[in-house]
This record gives sequence, structure tokens and C-alpha cells, in this order.
Amino acid sequence: MADIVSLTQGVARLVHDGDAVALEGFTHLIPMEAGNEIIRQGRRDLTLIRMTPDIVYDRMIGAGCARRLVFSWGGNPGVGSLHRLRDAIEHGWPEPLEIEEHSHAGMVNRYVAGASGLPFAVLRGYVGTDLMQHLPDSVASVTCPFTGEDLVAVSALNPDVAIVHAQRADRSGNVQLWGIPGVQKEAVLAADRALVTVEEVVDELEPVAGEVILPGWVIDCVAHVPGGAAPSYAQGYYERENAEYVAWDAISRDRARFAAWLDEHGMPAPGRRAGAATAGGGLT
Amino acid sequence: MSTDQADLDYSADEMMSIAAARALHDCTSCFVGIGLPSTAANLAVRTTVPDLVLIYESGTIGTRPDRLPLSIGDGILAETADAVVGVPEIFNYWLQPGRIDVGFLGAAQIDRFANINTTVIGADYEHPKVRLPGAGGAPEIAGACRRVIVVVRQSLRTFVEQVDFVTSVGYGSGPGTRERLGLRGRGPVLVITDLGMLRPDPQTCELTLEAVHPGVTVDDAMAATGWDLRIADDPATSQPPTDEELHVLRDLEARTSRA
Repeated sequence: MADIVSLTQGVARLVHDGDAVALEGFTHLIPMEAGNEIIRQGRRDLTLIRMTPDIVYDRMIGAGCARRLVFSWGGNPGVGSLHRLRDAIEHGWPEPLEIEEHSHAGMVNRYVAGASGLPFAVLRGYVGTDLMQHLPDSVASVTCPFTGEDLVAVSALNPDVAIVHAQRADRSGNVQLWGIPGVQKEAVLAADRALVTVEEVVDELEPVAGEVILPGWVIDCVAHVPGGAAPSYAQGYYERENAEYVAWDAISRDRARFAAWLDEHGMPAPGRRAGAATAGGGLT
Repeated sequence: MSTDQADLDYSADEMMSIAAARALHDCTSCFVGIGLPSTAANLAVRTTVPDLVLIYESGTIGTRPDRLPLSIGDGILAETADAVVGVPEIFNYWLQPGRIDVGFLGAAQIDRFANINTTVIGADYEHPKVRLPGAGGAPEIAGACRRVIVVVRQSLRTFVEQVDFVTSVGYGSGPGTRERLGLRGRGPVLVITDLGMLRPDPQTCELTLEAVHPGVTVDDAMAATGWDLRIADDPATSQPPTDEELHVLRDLEARTSRA
């Protein structure tokens, strides 16, 4: 049974400096507010894992939360570049960012292996691409023991913590999500710890066509965060705010404007740990 | 440029999307990339191939959006799909076995052998001149679909002798590469641009200009290509857009911008 907590408590309890963190949600149900809370709490040196590090990771990278990014497509969907991600890779601002980049098929199979308790997964992929030469620790050739066929192995992903957003949970922390299910189930089952933010906490989960149920006993914390996926969407609750994605392009293009955005939303400036000033400067 | 430009009341991008939609005429199922391919595939459903099964990597199979999705996972795709599946399933059960007819891709760079780059511009991967979004589903789409069609605007920036980074394999370094790598799909069979259409030469696998769009000359296409472009013996001229094609395309885009 998962604990029902506030988002502040959930992040404080489950996300630590230096963790490998996966915030998943494939264009739908992106845990945006959880990402914002990680910035507010000033987490540092995170390895951020996500197939599509869109706005949520652009913010976290720009704010200086990340040391490393593991991903397969890093753009602002339907708009263009992620400027904070690009600034980190191209200019090391606010801090250098190591990257480990895969294809979607590779990333998703890495989660499947992680969720399955296997050290690797097998697929047909990567061969002939330049991706492979940059991934000596996570992609390798493997021979099928039955047919002798050459295939590709990808190493399992087992994040320290997975964070996903869903439509509903009951009071025992059983989680229900529907619509495009993405890779949330695999991310949660592959991770050591899991935090789920939800639109609603209800007495009883009414069945919905196409639902995915994540039982409360595989989740550590559930936080009630209505609107927690905006400006992405939550099927049955609200639509994607396309204008926000477009607006992010201008906000994120400029370091000063981005810093002002952080300030407006109660987040610490890039590179400064939250509460450092009030803590007497003892923290760095 | 030719002189009848003034008579044309459509844009080069519209011609490209319409030519790309027509190219799907014999296609049964299509794994759709976002952007130009998505525009063309949705146009095709409304014009030449009403039964075309549209598949997006978000796991939406047989989707029928009434406007263009702005991301590959818009709600409209899920709401109108025959089936919605998870990301592991779309790649492992649907794409990987070679079940899907056409992979429809865009590109930031494409080379002589139709290799595609969507990763970085610049030779130094660690310090790229421009960091692009990356691979997404493209490498495995390019490997597994029975054939691949590419839609890309043609310029010296996009049509380069050799891509800075091979994100998705076309014909590698030429004949035999795909077989050697064990890629099971045929690879790119057609590249559609705002200037014309190219196909790989059956012997050399090199992209060859087979048609130019109305108002575009072979010289225009050569000038927008970063290698010594091969030209078919008698390059065709694309049929200009029909009124219906233009009407349907503009209606689709108008509904998209209202959304």
C-alpha cells in the first residue's frame, strides 16, 4: 500500500541528490509538476532518464539539477529544439551535461528488461547507426543461442526512482491510468522506488476501457496534484496546452528569461541550491 | 527558375506534401513521423488512400485525427484509434517483425545513399555545432518497415555528400550494406522534396532525381544538392496540385491551427 502524501513530501522522501530518476509519460500524462518540485527542492547531480525529455527536463537541466541525461528524443514536440538542453550540451550551461542517447526501441526495451528483472533485452536495432559507437556500456551485439542470428542487446534500466502521473488513485494508493499508456508501467516496475502524482484520489476506482492499473504495493508514494501534467494532457481531464509549448520556445531560448521564469514560479536560480541563503550559506 | 511561377497559386511546401501523399497510393499501413510526414499521411487518407492504416509511435494504431497532431501522442490520436498500445508493444510487436508497410520519415540531413541524420550537425559528436532532437523511433523504423519514404526540404544544408551522423541507415555506403547489417526492410524507396522526387538507383543505390515539381528545373535541384546529383535519363515533371488536393490540405491545416 502506497502512502498518500503531498508532492513536497513525496519528492523529499524519494528523490535524493545523485539519484537516477525517470520521469516518464509519452507525450501524455507527463509529470510536469513533480519536475518543478524537484527544481524547487534544489536536487543536484541527478541522472535524468526519459525517452522524450521535453519541457519537463528542459527546465530541470536549465535549473542545474542534472549531471547526466539518458534519452532517445530530446525536442519540444511540435515546436522545435529544447534550448536549455542544447545550451547544456553545446555550451555546458549552467553545468556540463553528459549524455547517453538511444533509440526509442532501445530505451523501451531497456525499461522492459529492468521491469523483468533481466540484465538485458534483445532487439533488432542500432546496427549501422553511429549511435552504437557511443554506447559501449549499454548496447552490444549478441548471438541467438538457437538460430545463430546476430542481434543487439541493450542493458537493463533500473532507475533509483520512477515518477509518473496518472488520472486516479484510490485511498490505498492503487493507481489507474488510461489513454496513451506510454512506458509508465515499465518505468515504475523497473525502479527501486516510485512516486505517482494523480489528478484525483477517489474512494473506488471505476473501470475505464484501456486502463492500466499499478497496484499500490509497487508504489511508495501517491501525491494528489490536480493539473500535474499540464501543459501536457490528461485524457478525460484536460487537453494539451499547445500554446504553452510554443511559449516555452521563447522563454527557454534566453538564459535571463529562463531565470526570470524560474523566479516567477518560486524556483531557485540556476546553480543555486534552494534554501542555501536561509541556511546561512552552509550548503553549497 | 522557369517563367510560369506567377501562375502557380500554391507553395513549394504544399506541392511537397501533396506529392508525398500521392506517393502513398499503394501503401497499406504507414508508421508516421511527426511534421512533414504526418501532414502528407493525413492528406493521403483524405485523398488517395482512405483505407491507409496510420500508426504513430505513441502506440496509436489505425488512427483518424480530424486535424494534424502537434505531437506524436496528441489525445486526438488516441481517441480516434482502432487500438492504443504501450510503447514497448508498438516497437516490439508491431514495428520490429516487419508488419508495417511504409515508414514515413523526415530528416535534418540526408546523403547520397539516403542515410538520415537527426542527431547532430558538425563532425564532433561531443561538441556539436547544433544539437538536434535525436533518433526517436527512426532507426528501427528505417530498418524494419518494408519500405521507407522520406520527406525533406531540399537545400545544401539538408542534402549533404555524407551525413554528419548516421541516425538511421538508408543504404549505408552503397549496395550490399543493408544485407550485411541484417536490415530486413528494403530501405528508402523514395525521397520527396519541395523541388522534386528522388529514387535510389537499382544498381548503385545512389539517390537519383526522377522528377521535378512544376516550375522547378533540374539545375535548381542540382544547385540544392551537396553532391554531384545523378539525374534520370528523362526526368518527369510532377502533376501540379489539383484543386481538391489543395482544398483538402488547406482545410486540414486550418483546422489544425484553430485547435
